[in-house]
Amino acid sequence: MTSSRRLTIAMTTMPNNRKNPKVGLFVTCLADMFRPSVAFATVKLLEASGCVVEVPEKQTCCGQPAYNSGDKATTADIARQTIEAFDGYEYVVGPSGSCIGMLHYYPEVFSDDDPWKQRALDLKARSYEITQFLTDIVNFEQINAAFEGTITYHDSCSGLRQLGVKDQPRKLLSKVENLTLNEMEEAETCCGFGGTFCVKYPDISNRMVSNKTQYISDSGASTLVGGDLGCLLNMAGKLKREGKQIEARHIVEILADMTDTPAIGEAEYELAKAL
Amino acid sequence: MQIKSPNFKENARIALHNVELQEALGQFKYGFPVNRANAIKRLPEFDDLRDEARDLKNHIIENLDIYLEQFESKVIENGGHVHWCRTGDDANKAILDICKQVNAKTVTKGKSMVSEEINLNDYLEKNGVQPVETDLGEYILQLRDDHPSHIIAPAIHLNVNDVSETFHKHHKRPKTEDPQALMKEAREVLRKQFVSADVGITGANFLVAETGSSIIVTNEGNGDLTQTLPKTHIVITSIEKVVPTLEDMSLFLRLLARSATGQEFTVYNTLSTGPKREDDQDGPENFHVVLVDNGRSEMVGSEFQDMLRCIRCSSCMNHCPVYGAVGGHSYGWVYPGPMGSVLTPKMIGIDKAAHLPNASTSCGKCEEVCPVRIPLPKLMRHWREKEFEKHLTPKAVRFGIASWAFFAKRPAIYRWLSRGSAWFISTLAGKKGRLKKLPLAGGWTDWRDMPAPQGKTFMDQWKAKQKAGE
Ligand code: SF4
Repeated sequence: MTSSRRLTIAMTTMPNNRKNPKVGLFVTCLADMFRPSVAFATVKLLEASGCVVEVPEKQTCCGQPAYNSGDKATTADIARQTIEAFDGYEYVVGPSGSCIGMLHYYPEVFSDDDPWKQRALDLKARSYEITQFLTDIVNFEQINAAFEGTITYHDSCSGLRQLGVKDQPRKLLSKVENLTLNEMEEAETCCGFGGTFCVKYPDISNRMVSNKTQYISDSGASTLVGGDLGCLLNMAGKLKREGKQIEARHIVEILADMTDTPAIGEAEYELAKAL
Repeated sequence: MQIKSPNFKENARIALHNVELQEALGQFKYGFPVNRANAIKRLPEFDDLRDEARDLKNHIIENLDIYLEQFESKVIENGGHVHWCRTGDDANKAILDICKQVNAKTVTKGKSMVSEEINLNDYLEKNGVQPVETDLGEYILQLRDDHPSHIIAPAIHLNVNDVSETFHKHHKRPKTEDPQALMKEAREVLRKQFVSADVGITGANFLVAETGSSIIVTNEGNGDLTQTLPKTHIVITSIEKVVPTLEDMSLFLRLLARSATGQEFTVYNTLSTGPKREDDQDGPENFHVVLVDNGRSEMVGSEFQDMLRCIRCSSCMNHCPVYGAVGGHSYGWVYPGPMGSVLTPKMIGIDKAAHLPNASTSCGKCEEVCPVRIPLPKLMRHWREKEFEKHLTPKAVRFGIASWAFFAKRPAIYRWLSRGSAWFISTLAGKKGRLKKLPLAGGWTDWRDMPAPQGKTFMDQWKAKQKAGE
């Protein structure tokens, strides 16, 4: 056993109420590339909850494209890289149930006698989706945010079914001033994104996202909120194509009171008009 | 049944443009799933029963040979016969032999997906025996030369109009669109068949080892007539249907009805235990059970073993958004939906069925509603692994994965790639914030806009901030 490995075990067995836990941010590809404001909002929330946040340089993608395509060898390569990148952090937190969910699958790609298996299990035990982390781990209550308007919340599949994220985002959103939540019908139904699915089976995906945008607009909300950028890009893209006047935002932007950036897929001038 | 699974994409495209089918599917999601949810609300211990059922099924699969042998000796004790059939062909031959022994001209049939799996109807017809489906849905399909699109509601893709026309054409009676009248008409026609049939063939939902009984559940009662009126009753079913005791059977029946239609119990639960005994008033003189393996025993001990727990309730397809979009026929073979996407590759080969386990977002709804907790998304992924190992994955996909992996395994270059892509797409989008078209992303932009990246990547901005000492 390496010394860093021993250190990790020692740290994960520490009680949760320890002050200023050291958190490694799992940025996620989509937040990195499409919406850095989501990653910044995540950092802001983590810091507000008393965490010390670092962004490990060695991280890239969680490996989902390989995993879902049945490429086990590549998945294992990426798993090892991610495990190493986040060695030594008390917690690993990211703004996506899907990517954090992928980290939770790492133990499955190693055989029982592979020493990486234990390291993967260890990473899994300390990885959390952001709303889950704030609510269940650090009991963060001081949401200092206001949002004018009615939102509806989409439960993304991996967060919901794999990680059990359902009440946490709603609990946090209930603390945002002036915000009203109108639940849509079938909030738990898949939006049809599915990673590579949406480009491999575009017309099926389109049917699914069209159903979804119907539920969204039927809810009467003016903003769609969710916890996964993949799904949000999909739904926002469809809402825009349909010409619906509904904005889409990641939940952390609202919780961190960082809604001054244009919503997903929104032009700057539209925002200017609205102000 | 002709295998159309390789054309899944094309099948799906046609289904998506079929207005009537889309209407039927739109209605469908307010039927079974809503009923199921209500039924479960009334049974607080539902989840505990699911755990119990999962564990029991696992135990049965581990001891499959023991329970099957126990079942066989009980059937023989009761005066019946058991036929072990490794393949579908073996099963077809065994059934034809029995029909020939009793000089059968026509056989009535209860609903059986296993008989679809082995193509029994075609086989019998080719060999001079006329099968008549007695389940209303299956009967309609038989008249139309069509196939089931759902495992418990086989004609779900048709509407009243379709049925009305079919009956009018075949029964030569005045046309009606009243569902009750159509049902009555079918009943009248079928009654004659029930009485004149030489052999009755039914499937089985479960086989009970301790008594040698088979049970079928139906809401129409057609199964009862199929198996009690003719002189010979043949049960065609597959090996994983066996359960140890009647008590165990009732556990599964409780789960089955609720998961399938949202009923507390199916209307007719009919047990057959051997042929007619001396003092029985009626019942068949001959009782045969044809046990089909067709690849199932190979699943024991493999990564697909969990699939053998399936009790064919259809809950997974009732809740599947992909099934809900494209319907059952798109899957191109007997078993549609998530359970089909796991079973079909085993039965017709992954080379022909590769689309099925791929056409899933892995949303996990199927696993959530499966009464025996089969991890369907995981099993579909195992098929993708097989496909990848066998180099069946399409070249473009392999190339895509390989090039993405090259970067993803090299963080420094990955940064560079993300930076470049973010810059490129956001520059293309300009101030509009989104794109209507994006090179190489037609699958996306044909249907939806592509929201543009904000500009610089997070990693670059973060680094700059760290440097500036913020
Ligand atoms: S896989 Fe599960 S949900 Fe689907 S038919 Fe079988 S038992 Fe029912």
